Amino acid sequence: MSEPFLQIIDVSKRFDNVVALDKVNLKIAKSEIFSLLGSSGCGKSTLLRIIAGFEKPDEGRILLEGKDITKLPPYVRPLNIMFQNYALFPHLNVTNNIQFGLKEEKISKEEINHRVNEILNLLELNGLEKRKINEISGGQQQRVALARCLVKKPKLLLLDEPLAALDKQLRVQTQFELVNLQYKLGITFIIVTHDQEEAMSLSDRMAIMKNGEILQVGNPVEIYEKPKDKYIANFIGTANIFNVLNKNNQIIIKELNYEVKNINNKENYVKCLIRPEKISVKKLENQSDNLNIGVVKEVAYLGSYTKYLIEVNGFEFYSFMQNSLVSDNLQIRWDDKVQISFNETSIYFFND
Amino acid sequence: MIKNFKKQNVWFVFTPYLWLVLFFFVPLALIFKISISVSEWGMPPYRDLFSLSENGLEINSTLGNYLFIFSDPFYIRSYLNSLSLAFTSTVLCLLIGYPIAFYVAKSKPSIRNILLIMLIIPFWSSFLLRVYAWKVLLQGSGIINSVLIHIGLITEPISMLHNHYAVILGVVYTYLPFMILPLYGYLVKFDLNLIDASNDLGAKPLNTFVKVILPLSLPGIVAGSMLVFIPVVGEYIIPEMLGGSDKLYFGKIIWDEFFVNRDWPIASALAMSGIVILVFPIIIFQLMYAKYNFRNE
Repeated sequence: MSEPFLQIIDVSKRFDNVVALDKVNLKIAKSEIFSLLGSSGCGKSTLLRIIAGFEKPDEGRILLEGKDITKLPPYVRPLNIMFQNYALFPHLNVTNNIQFGLKEEKISKEEINHRVNEILNLLELNGLEKRKINEISGGQQQRVALARCLVKKPKLLLLDEPLAALDKQLRVQTQFELVNLQYKLGITFIIVTHDQEEAMSLSDRMAIMKNGEILQVGNPVEIYEKPKDKYIANFIGTANIFNVLNKNNQIIIKELNYEVKNINNKENYVKCLIRPEKISVKKLENQSDNLNIGVVKEVAYLGSYTKYLIEVNGFEFYSFMQNSLVSDNLQIRWDDKVQISFNETSIYFFND
Repeated sequence: MIKNFKKQNVWFVFTPYLWLVLFFFVPLALIFKISISVSEWGMPPYRDLFSLSENGLEINSTLGNYLFIFSDPFYIRSYLNSLSLAFTSTVLCLLIGYPIAFYVAKSKPSIRNILLIMLIIPFWSSFLLRVYAWKVLLQGSGIINSVLIHIGLITEPISMLHNHYAVILGVVYTYLPFMILPLYGYLVKFDLNLIDASNDLGAKPLNTFVKVILPLSLPGIVAGSMLVFIPVVGEYIIPEMLGGSDKLYFGKIIWDEFFVNRDWPIASALAMSGIVILVFPIIIFQLMYAKYNFRNE
């Protein structure tokens, strides 16, 4: 990364001796969609509020385009935030909500009207100009909240759980709209979310946070395929984590009693991860082969794919099979014996 | 069953109206009746509206009482004094009460309840006692004068009692909670994110207050101001105890007409005029405000 657009340096924050952020460092590039992902209480919202300027960090600095903005009050920072509950002004109509921020700048009336109309068109809010906030739907409110920020042409847009208040169907549609909008405008987005699917589908890069610390930063593929530790592996998607034994230069997956042969790096890893969709199961036909045999404990048919809970030697793990490929597999029932297979390249080794 | 239930419902709805009729409209009608009666020496000190005599039914009604009070600037001045007292103390209550209500509403819930109780506790003692306490504090040999003399700021006690400043002080002190509580009621529901949002959109704290906080707490301001303004116009006890002869207030005039001059018709006419002058602007204001609110909601 060249010159980082936003740089967070050693930022710490405590509330009444509870550590909310502990020496957080982040570099965010221009025009990327960056997600802060973590369960509630991990400090992601505090970090967002510090970037917005609502909270002052106890230690550390925030640089925007190389300029220290740590001590600037929120009303002079060239960035905007979209709140989880949208925080639209209930006493103003749609237009007045959108032009609220422009009226604080020294802009001519014509310019304000021009920019408001531009953003009304962009977010398809025409016809709602005179409506009160409680007279429009949740999805429309979300777009008004977005419009109110974007009309200011911020360098950086912060989004706090942008889709949490929408129902499931609208959420998926809005996800794509957000990404398209960002691509069109080129504004850097920082999104706070607890929803890993949302983070995966929206972000260029994401940071996983826990207890006020950043555990891992990377693009969705890196985070999913190469999680740094067990917590991240379990937090993003479903994880099958096995113990690894290193005996006489043999690498063995303990629970499966399986020797990994094609491995170059024979470091002392203690754990490995195999994602469920990388494990395939097949109904056992010839009883002779007793290698890699498991028993099906649960079957969940989910339309596009089926989830199987498999037990081997008292250890349980998941296998997800695409239903397009495996019409035979639809015959697999509880307590059936199945043959397990996976490609050795899809094993990811790590230290706990 | 359903029929019975409906019957009960009807009574349930009518009880407040019954209350209103019995304890508001009937007394008001009586006062109105007295206000158009002719004054007379006796008990009660007015002539019956209708009487039977050898000439048949006689109606002894007059608008003279009203004509009399509106022709005498003394009454009008006292009413204006009361209006100005009510206005001044409402503004002062608002200026003092708003920051308090805001602070209480924005405190942590645990502290908030303690603060609210502290606001309400003075109500547990008698209103008369609380006003009398001010008399003790302000008088020539009172605590404030003693302290000021003791630390050498003054040599002679200042006369703080028995003027209209003392009345304003007493009224503001007494009516402050009536301003704070409705304001608190609105401010406690206020979404703090709106303040952050306004700041984030570039509004400095003062603009945020004027453009966001103030308009959204307007219903609380209106409610609190009404609760202070209306009773203060007719306030009698505080001017009587803390006031002097520099300004006469409306409540005191009505009292004097009733109990000193024993001119019930004049006193009633004064009371009726006071109500009408006060009520009509308030009704008009309420209608306008309801319209405004309707447009805004």
